[in-house]
Amino acid sequence: MWGFLLLALFTASVTVEGIDRRGARTERISGSAGDVLDDNPVGKLKVYVYELPSKYNKKILQKDPRCLTHMFAAEIFMHQFLLTSAVRTLNPNEADWFYTPVYSTCDLAPNGLPLPFKSPRMMRSAIQLISARWPYWNRTEGTDHFFLVPHDFGACFHYQEEKAIKRGILPLLQRSTLVQTFGQQNHVCLNDGSITIPPYAPPEKIMSHLIPPDTPRSIFVYFRGLFYDVNNDPEGGYYARGARASMWENFKNNPLFDISTDHPTTYYEDMQRAVFCLCPLGWAPWSPRLVEAVIFGCIPVIIADDIVLPFADAIPWEEIGVFVAEKDVPYLDTILTSIPADVVLRKQRLLANPSMKQAMLFPQPAQSGDAFHQILNGLARKLPHDKRIYLKPGEKVLNWTAGPVGDRKPW
Amino acid sequence: MKQLTALQQQGRRSNSFRSNSSPLDATVDGAIKSPATIFWLFLHGLCCLISLVLGFRFSRLVFFLLFSASPSPSTTTIYSALRTTLPTVSSPPERNVSVDSGGSRVVVGRHGILIRPWPHPDPAEVMKAHRIIERVQAEQRSQYGVKNPRTVIAITPTYVRTFQTLHLTGVMHSLMNVRYDLVWIVVEAGGTTNETASLIAKSGLKTIHIGVDAKIPLLWEDRHKVESRMRLHALRIVREKKLDGIVMFADDSNMHSLELFDEIQNVKWIGAVSVGILAHSGGSEEGDLLMQESDADEKDEKKSKLPVQGPACNASGNLAGWHTFDTQPFVERSAIYIGDRAVVLPRKLEWAGFVLNSRLVWEDVEGKPVWVKDLVEIGKDGEDIESPLSLLKDTSVVEPLGSCGRKILLWWLRVEARADSKFPASWIIDPPLDITIPAKRTPWPDTPPELPAYVEEVTTIPENTEKRPTKSGSKRKRSSRSKRKHNAKVLDIRASTKHAGDN
Repeated sequence: MWGFLLLALFTASVTVEGIDRRGARTERISGSAGDVLDDNPVGKLKVYVYELPSKYNKKILQKDPRCLTHMFAAEIFMHQFLLTSAVRTLNPNEADWFYTPVYSTCDLAPNGLPLPFKSPRMMRSAIQLISARWPYWNRTEGTDHFFLVPHDFGACFHYQEEKAIKRGILPLLQRSTLVQTFGQQNHVCLNDGSITIPPYAPPEKIMSHLIPPDTPRSIFVYFRGLFYDVNNDPEGGYYARGARASMWENFKNNPLFDISTDHPTTYYEDMQRAVFCLCPLGWAPWSPRLVEAVIFGCIPVIIADDIVLPFADAIPWEEIGVFVAEKDVPYLDTILTSIPADVVLRKQRLLANPSMKQAMLFPQPAQSGDAFHQILNGLARKLPHDKRIYLKPGEKVLNWTAGPVGDRKPW
Repeated sequence: MKQLTALQQQGRRSNSFRSNSSPLDATVDGAIKSPATIFWLFLHGLCCLISLVLGFRFSRLVFFLLFSASPSPSTTTIYSALRTTLPTVSSPPERNVSVDSGGSRVVVGRHGILIRPWPHPDPAEVMKAHRIIERVQAEQRSQYGVKNPRTVIAITPTYVRTFQTLHLTGVMHSLMNVRYDLVWIVVEAGGTTNETASLIAKSGLKTIHIGVDAKIPLLWEDRHKVESRMRLHALRIVREKKLDGIVMFADDSNMHSLELFDEIQNVKWIGAVSVGILAHSGGSEEGDLLMQESDADEKDEKKSKLPVQGPACNASGNLAGWHTFDTQPFVERSAIYIGDRAVVLPRKLEWAGFVLNSRLVWEDVEGKPVWVKDLVEIGKDGEDIESPLSLLKDTSVVEPLGSCGRKILLWWLRVEARADSKFPASWIIDPPLDITIPAKRTPWPDTPPELPAYVEEVTTIPENTEKRPTKSGSKRKRSSRSKRKHNAKVLDIRASTKHAGDN
């Protein structure tokens, strides 16, 4: 339940000023779970990694190495991290959490977008395997297992929201902890207790585009991306629930808003010269823009109703970003200009905190405080497991025949 | 049939695989087993055809009207909101009731695009945004910029002449934009005048206006010498008043970039910056500007066309020598007197390229380095001080600034009108001209017309003087073509042919 503590975001967070190495004034960040960004998960939990046949992971990756660079790459890097991490244990009897390395988001279309049509079957097949070969799944029906499902709507395994809602979370995963990028309140595809993570953004690429911090921030609002998705939403009104189109129609003439559909090579550099960066929803509410904005010190303006942001309990997003309701998009300029300058400076100070930036990244090799560690911290905070998750032998809770008929085909 | 295959293709990879057009769950297998499915497919096909005709999604509307049990108020409120906000989307929004469990305010489906009635920036808000940006930038500067900014002491020698307003205004605006404390010492040849004083008073800066009893000579050589004396005089003022800060020489016809003032804050005792030399001829032929090096250390700069004066560094970033201006190509064509049509050349090393810590010129101050001569000893015999290097016993202590001279932070250009050119005092025409003289022929004839006695000042400048025929009498000299004053509105007034030089 704590993974879902959005209301708790409103609780005040303790902040202490400090000066970091580069001389930037920063503040400590602590969310509703306390000052946990710098926690070290080693020693707090033990994770057992199932050894699945390589058709579930390595072979898929070999077929398409683009999976390593797209925004869903977190599932692959998490597997690689866990294999060499100190929290890994080879003795499953002492493990607190069990990880199943299934790369369900690696079936890519020629244009690079992942197709989720086979993912439910793949997941199902993997779970059937682990429940047959090891006793730990049946012990709890997966409650102490966690899976990474970074696709658009998480474990609903579809890119269209209506269809995803109709499917719901894969029934076999209902009891497990899902680590996903999608987060929206009161949505079928977000279970209580899920951990929201940021989408993968390649750290080397980001770091190679840093500009000197004394470059004055002269752009007020910055955004690059689509406003209308003519390929998939020719009528308009579906994409981004009309919010992006509204942004364009209202502010295309506004000199304070540097928004367009360009793909400039200086995208990262421009973000570092902007005060506010818009992060509106697209087909799904999350986007890598949030990660980029945080790394580049640009205050994220989040336009997605009821969104659950990454590590919501560890990071007080209300204090760091600006939240604008979708119906208020026409008044975005009034909202942003009426923010007092002190508040703006404070948000920038919070963003300058290196632990904040580190928590959004998946660096290779892993560093302390990065997103991998935040995931482990999140898992550690869920311990110890409630005794009630352990089922009596023979007791079954999950319905193995639930779901669309097509899902039951073997993979 | 077409619909069926279309459906099947939809399930497979295609660019439009995110299309929402099917209300059915199109599975990859495309298995059509029951008649119900066929019926739905047929209905869907029918709706598609109707939608093609009508232009909006008919199928949804039908389902909405037939099967929806949701209350309509939500739809109508949104619609009315759209009405008042003049939407670009003409069709009414159709709300698909989500299959969601209760409690979610966010509805999946089609939403209207909200546009406010006047989607244009509000000036008050724009100003607020700019203030926010200024605040952010000030914070950035205080965090990442210079830690303890020192006062900048700018020394400008000047004298009253045609182009003085032009040059001095340029320097003034540059100095007004400097973000640090500034003291501006204006040294005027021929004593202080009200004209200069009123000009610099407009700046709002802290100024010290002093006069030197010497008229600016006509020859460039001598002018350089007198200017050096004026600068030394200013340094003596710095010494007397014990002004603390960084001394830089802002000659009035130079162009400074604001980065220069940020960079000179890094100087410890004496530093040198690179000066771009924009030497050019006043004549219609463009001079050949070849870059010559007196120091062979940085060979790659030979490719640049702009001559640069400044420090030269060796590989380890230490001062190794100087780039100076090679006068060889210009030896035939250099200007002799002010307003001469030929190329005006800089000296070997301009004063403007140096910055000093003001404590160097103070009297006994502890911590003053041993390699600096005392100010009183310099120039007292009236010898020509070419550059501040004469203040030093040992020139190797100069710090190269601007990433070791690679950044050009200011430009040198000497453009002057003829010494005897006339211009209205303070550039104000008072009383205003109100006599028009009919032209003999247009645009401007060769023979000078009769002019009333008091209208002898020049008022207009034609845009392309090259086309004007050379006068037989006075040799018309043109200074820079690029320096144009705006055309006055009194174009009927015959421009005076005694129009020596342009103004």
